[in-house]
Amino acid sequence: MTVAARLDPASSEALVDTRFTVPGIRCAGCIAKIERELPKLKGIANARVNFSAKRVAIRHAENMPHDALTHALQELGFEAQEFDDNPLGSEDAEAKRLQRALAVAGFGMMNVMLLSVSVWSGAGGVTRDLFHWLSGVIALPVIAYAGQPFFRSAWMALKYRRTNMDVPISIGVLLATALSIYETMAGGGHAYFESAVMLLFFLLAGRALDAAMRTRTRAGIGALLSRMGRSAMVIADDGSFRSVPSQDLQPGMTMAVAAGESLAADGVVAQGESAIDNAMLTGESMPEQVSVDSIVYAGAVNLSAPLRVRVTAAASNTLLAEIAQLMDEAGQSRSRYVRIADRASRLYAPVVHSLALLAFLGWMTAGAGWHQSLVIAIAVLIITCPCAMGLAVPAAQIVTSGALLKRGLLVKDGSALERLAEVDIALFDKTGTLTLGTPRADITALDAEARSVALALAQASNHPLSKALASSLRDADVEAANVISISERGGDGVFGTWRAIEVALERPDCMQAGLSSQLRIGVDTSVIGFHDPLRSDAEEAITALSDMGIESRILSGDRSASVSTIARELGLHARAGASPQDKLAMLDHLRRQGRLPLMVGDGINDGPALAAAHASIAPGSASDVSQQAADAVFTGRALMPVAAAIRASRACMRVVRQNFGFAFIYNVFAVPLALFGMVTPLIAAIAMSGSSIVVVANSLRLARLAR
Amino acid sequence: MSGLLILIPVALGLGLLGLITFFWAMQQGQFEDLDGAAQRVLIDDEEPEE
Repeated sequence: MTVAARLDPASSEALVDTRFTVPGIRCAGCIAKIERELPKLKGIANARVNFSAKRVAIRHAENMPHDALTHALQELGFEAQEFDDNPLGSEDAEAKRLQRALAVAGFGMMNVMLLSVSVWSGAGGVTRDLFHWLSGVIALPVIAYAGQPFFRSAWMALKYRRTNMDVPISIGVLLATALSIYETMAGGGHAYFESAVMLLFFLLAGRALDAAMRTRTRAGIGALLSRMGRSAMVIADDGSFRSVPSQDLQPGMTMAVAAGESLAADGVVAQGESAIDNAMLTGESMPEQVSVDSIVYAGAVNLSAPLRVRVTAAASNTLLAEIAQLMDEAGQSRSRYVRIADRASRLYAPVVHSLALLAFLGWMTAGAGWHQSLVIAIAVLIITCPCAMGLAVPAAQIVTSGALLKRGLLVKDGSALERLAEVDIALFDKTGTLTLGTPRADITALDAEARSVALALAQASNHPLSKALASSLRDADVEAANVISISERGGDGVFGTWRAIEVALERPDCMQAGLSSQLRIGVDTSVIGFHDPLRSDAEEAITALSDMGIESRILSGDRSASVSTIARELGLHARAGASPQDKLAMLDHLRRQGRLPLMVGDGINDGPALAAAHASIAPGSASDVSQQAADAVFTGRALMPVAAAIRASRACMRVVRQNFGFAFIYNVFAVPLALFGMVTPLIAAIAMSGSSIVVVANSLRLARLAR
Repeated sequence: MSGLLILIPVALGLGLLGLITFFWAMQQGQFEDLDGAAQRVLIDDEEPEE
């Protein structure tokens, strides 16, 4: 990295850090560009990109306005938004705390084990006492530090009169530690420091794996609002222009929207004619023609010509903000889902507590004395709360998500895998999900000359249809013809001269069904049609889903004509013209029937449905918001990863249940031993690591899913 | 017994060294941007000649 401070010596004032979310960072080139170019500006000391989090930290002079920084990033071609510390940041901190606790527990475990093994292998007398003291000196701070995540969570649960997995763990660890201290001071034969530390280490390993999965890229709902134009040029009554921040826009104002700008508020076109790109809102990749009195929404991009728009709704009343709100609410219903590990511990914890208590009371009445009874009760607590339980779920889930990642599917967290395994009906959006979402041109009617002229014209324009035509032509190995004096006229098309003939790529004279543009060479015209093809393996993927007992349906916001064509082709039940609210209602209806729907969609209009469905998957081409709302994101042109995700998550849950089975069998053997006071620290240690190894080994079988 | 007097502090010291190194690496932010590190390899150190 070559960032040198380029500050004037005169302005050697205080430097401050400001962080920005920059979703557009995609490659090494972007990192280099930002880190090299920004420090060249006056007032910026350096810039540091965090690629994983898509963030840029800029160190700059205190008096530099943040707008200027955003603007500087925009000049480089990156849309940026100032990043406030949001609640999602705390998740990062939590993962770090777990990593540190794991490191400390690992250190403690290694050293205490070293000493304990010597005691088990026969060290006696003074040596044994010394080793117990040493173990205690190492173990106490380690337990105090590494046990905190469990103690805190157990305390919270108890405070609200509930119980969770962490309650038996905390009680077991604390009792074992207290008893070991007593034993050590009394010069007794058994200390349980190693059991306590080892238990913490294995459980922390499970937690850290889980957290590592979760911290994968979540930039927060802020990305949605960052797409909206942040300010607009407002025309005053006297005809003068001034820039107004989007949150201060009022209904009734008139905005001037230049070509290439995104709209900052919802409104009605008052003057002008243009094409707008609504892909943000509807997932519809094809531009929409607008003219006076057309309704336009915030977030849409004005493509070809300047427009004047009368604001009808601004700031938090826009459709875009409403969808964000809807998503926020929809996501809450999913947070009521109870993870499988917690469900298991709800059954498990009361049984364990009563067993330990029974053991204590039983031995007391049998006249064993309180010391002996307590040792046995603790042995029961420790042995019944095996590390296998803590590892059973995360180990299987992290292996599965690793395998899926190799197949191009990124699963957000473990709970997503659990929910994916349960779905029984799949709802697909059409554009961009079942189809590729990028229009392909039908060029069969063009001869070789026409093709090369078309390419020359198409590649000169930024219009979505021109881009689509150019890419279709390039795929057919067409070379561009030598067309000169090319000019683009917004709303009309691209014009040029080829071999002294006038040529043009323009809007067709007659608006027929479907999208098309017209190629004119001299007086000959030919119409080029566009269509949005299905993903090549859509049919196989749907068959694969139905083989797994999952019914598929189409739930789209598109017009019914185009939806029904695809529905017929795939033989699916379809619902067209659904608004985001309709989609939510549909999901709600299914849920009340006791079904667990999977939503697969890409547009922002799918956002609320993705957040509300039992599980959801979005394609990698989806809007950032949809990718965030979804449980999993798949990349590439195939739809098969959707079916693969369901299959893998079901396999994962099978393995999780097997793991619980192992833990149960282990308990069936170990608990009676513990109850009858036959478990020495050595047996406990072997049993504990043995069961953990079995569980991890069983989980590793899932790695084969990638093949 | 005299061997233990040396070996135990050595074992503890090495363990502590590893732990401190790990904490130091975390403090330095070496685990902050794992994907970025993979990308940065591709950046040329010198700015390309214009």
